[in-house]
Amino acid sequence: MAVAVSFDIVIVGVGGQGAILASDIVGKAAVTEGLPVTASETHGMAQRGGAVENHVRIGCRYGSMIPAGGADCLMSMEPLEALRFAKYLKPDGVVVINTEKIVPVSVYSHKTPYPELDQIVEIMENVCVNVKIADYTGLAKKAGSAQALNVAMIGAVSRYMPLKTETLKDVIAKSVPPKTVAVNLKAFDLGRDA
Amino acid sequence: MAREFLLGNEAIARGLLEAGLDVATGYPGTPSSEILAGLVQYDVESRKFHIEWSVNEKVALEVAIGASWAGARSVCTMKHVGLNVAADPFMTLSHTGVVGGLILVSADDPYCHSSQNEQDSRMYAKFAKVPCFDPQSPEEAKAMIKYAFEFSERHGTPVILRPTTRISHGKSDVTIGNLSGISREKKFVKNTERFVVLPRYTRSLLKKLNERQERMARELADSPWNRLSLKAGAKIGIIASGVASIYAEEVLSAVDEPVSLLKIGAYPIDPALIIQFVAGVEKVLVLEELMPVVEEQVRIYAKNVLGKLTGEVPKEGEFDLLLVRCIVHNALGVQVKMPTPPEICVELPQRPPAMCPGCAHRSTFYALKSVFKDDAIYASDIGCYTLGTQLNAVDTCLCMGASITIGSGLSISGIRNRVACTIGDSTFLHTGIQGLINAVYNKANITVVILDNRTTAMTGHQPHPGIGRTITGEPSEEISLEAIVKACGVKYLQTVDPYDLETTKSAFRKAYETDGVKVVIARQPCVITAKKMGIKRKRYEVIPELCEGCRRCVKYGCPAMGYCEGKAFSNEMCVGCGVCAKLCQFGAIKVRGD
Repeated sequence: MAVAVSFDIVIVGVGGQGAILASDIVGKAAVTEGLPVTASETHGMAQRGGAVENHVRIGCRYGSMIPAGGADCLMSMEPLEALRFAKYLKPDGVVVINTEKIVPVSVYSHKTPYPELDQIVEIMENVCVNVKIADYTGLAKKAGSAQALNVAMIGAVSRYMPLKTETLKDVIAKSVPPKTVAVNLKAFDLGRDA
Repeated sequence: MAREFLLGNEAIARGLLEAGLDVATGYPGTPSSEILAGLVQYDVESRKFHIEWSVNEKVALEVAIGASWAGARSVCTMKHVGLNVAADPFMTLSHTGVVGGLILVSADDPYCHSSQNEQDSRMYAKFAKVPCFDPQSPEEAKAMIKYAFEFSERHGTPVILRPTTRISHGKSDVTIGNLSGISREKKFVKNTERFVVLPRYTRSLLKKLNERQERMARELADSPWNRLSLKAGAKIGIIASGVASIYAEEVLSAVDEPVSLLKIGAYPIDPALIIQFVAGVEKVLVLEELMPVVEEQVRIYAKNVLGKLTGEVPKEGEFDLLLVRCIVHNALGVQVKMPTPPEICVELPQRPPAMCPGCAHRSTFYALKSVFKDDAIYASDIGCYTLGTQLNAVDTCLCMGASITIGSGLSISGIRNRVACTIGDSTFLHTGIQGLINAVYNKANITVVILDNRTTAMTGHQPHPGIGRTITGEPSEEISLEAIVKACGVKYLQTVDPYDLETTKSAFRKAYETDGVKVVIARQPCVITAKKMGIKRKRYEVIPELCEGCRRCVKYGCPAMGYCEGKAFSNEMCVGCGVCAKLCQFGAIKVRGD
């Protein structure tokens, strides 16, 4: 008997990093594979450089919000945000973290220090079993554009999602601006192999 | 049937087109804005319907009503607080009714993600005696549209569709049908007794309005939106509405004990449906976000009710799966297992939303504060610039257009402080103009700053009458803010470029020294639209050898500026507004060589 596919992923980052396109790619790929999917996005005021969180529930016919302790995967496009949204992870989940910091203005104005990367990894290792960290911004730049960070990270999380690589790549090719298709597909591969 | 991954608001737009639409109006407001944006994307070449961003919600609704009275199927979109602005036409529209189907989409925002309050549009529906559709998912929101139009036409009533944030900004796989090719005949049939609300006509219209309530409730009881699922042996029954019903369904899918469920998606609710449901159970739990609309009705027919009024369900905020699971398990007497929150042993620097790097609002506020100082009172309004609180340049914000009026009130109250009002271009056109006329007429002593960034930025960059372009991109008359301000009787008017700090400060200084109503228009396109328009400026950098580490540029608060080991530095987010270079006393910030 086939086991029903179910995979809950939370994609977080800073407004402007392209988290919406990332969750869109995952959602469209799920629909392409005939899976039900629900998702939830941050719009409005928080998009102005604030912390953003998008939820995607693959194989789900219910509400779009992933409960705390319910996510199979947390994809964090910025290191600090992995800590902020760690509550969503299941203990047996996986977190994929980009190393490139975006230091919030509050670090300068309120003087709350930005935690060290090692410290972030150490904390996350106590939250879930699998912590994957890499310079995905660097890989996106290597592919041709720092803006392809979101796609490079989709490449990284594609190792864990119940979606075919070809489906994801097809959707990426249809979702990004035509001129940037090659760059994004390369970013996907680099992210996946990192 | 084809399925597509759509945003709830896009699903609503698609539903409108599949049902057949003649006129769409609205004013942007989170979480409703993407409905008209979604509509305008379809059939650009062969578009058969009229679509507009109106100047405010009252105007939008009245335009939709006029069209409906001529037989056009009409939709009018707004956020929940927009319905306050449109409440005047709405409350009497229920009496006159409609000819072509009319759906008013009022999107609610539990937890005020991007709103000044979290009011419940279902209360307006009840208040006006208008039916309301309350979807549990994007798919259901789309499916409701055709039904809602037909229901509206069958009963001659306007209807409300009330998605919440998680519906409007939720996404899911949605069934895609064919676009409607039906074209309706448009004709206005004169009928004074219906379309002229003289008291003697209104009295009989009210009687008819009351008479149709029961008919509508009975019909909705048999609709797919109100679903009864009775379980044999159930002691507890749950009544859940809108998005709460889908959380309840997920929770119940993992509960062994039989629990009956009444899912509510359309109002008014037929009392017979509630009576039938409560008769079979010992205890009823009512789950709904915002106001206890369903609960208050259920309490008429049932004794043992758990809900907001008895404290089992929170009165504020948004629900989620965990909360609903907790409430349901408590009601069932099952042990509640909550996940243990992870131990994060460091303090996390906050990352609140902030004005963008290079945002001209920041330099306007900076110049304003440097002239008006801390003693002045800063009355502000609704838009990105409300984030001016971070610069201590926003002391009040209440609702759309209230900056000029509250500022006026402060200035005539008897206090001696100077008053500076900040209001965006779109907000000024929305409900700011009347306040300005009143301020001049009644001799307020205020400085009004119109932050003209040439767009409705916060809600996603919609055009407005000051742009000279409609929602479809067609050129239109560009309404001049200067001409409006002058026509309101303002004698002191200056337009400045806020990136030019000295000129901007000097305009504020003269305003500060002048009595009466002064207006300064600070005009500079929003950095996001500027980027889309292809406006490119050279970036700036800090020359470390010249930097004295005084932090003056860092304190300005631009996200493109950082500080490390006694020196300021600029990062990749710099858009080249150049304001930091003007602030630096040591000439350490220069245009980048690259």
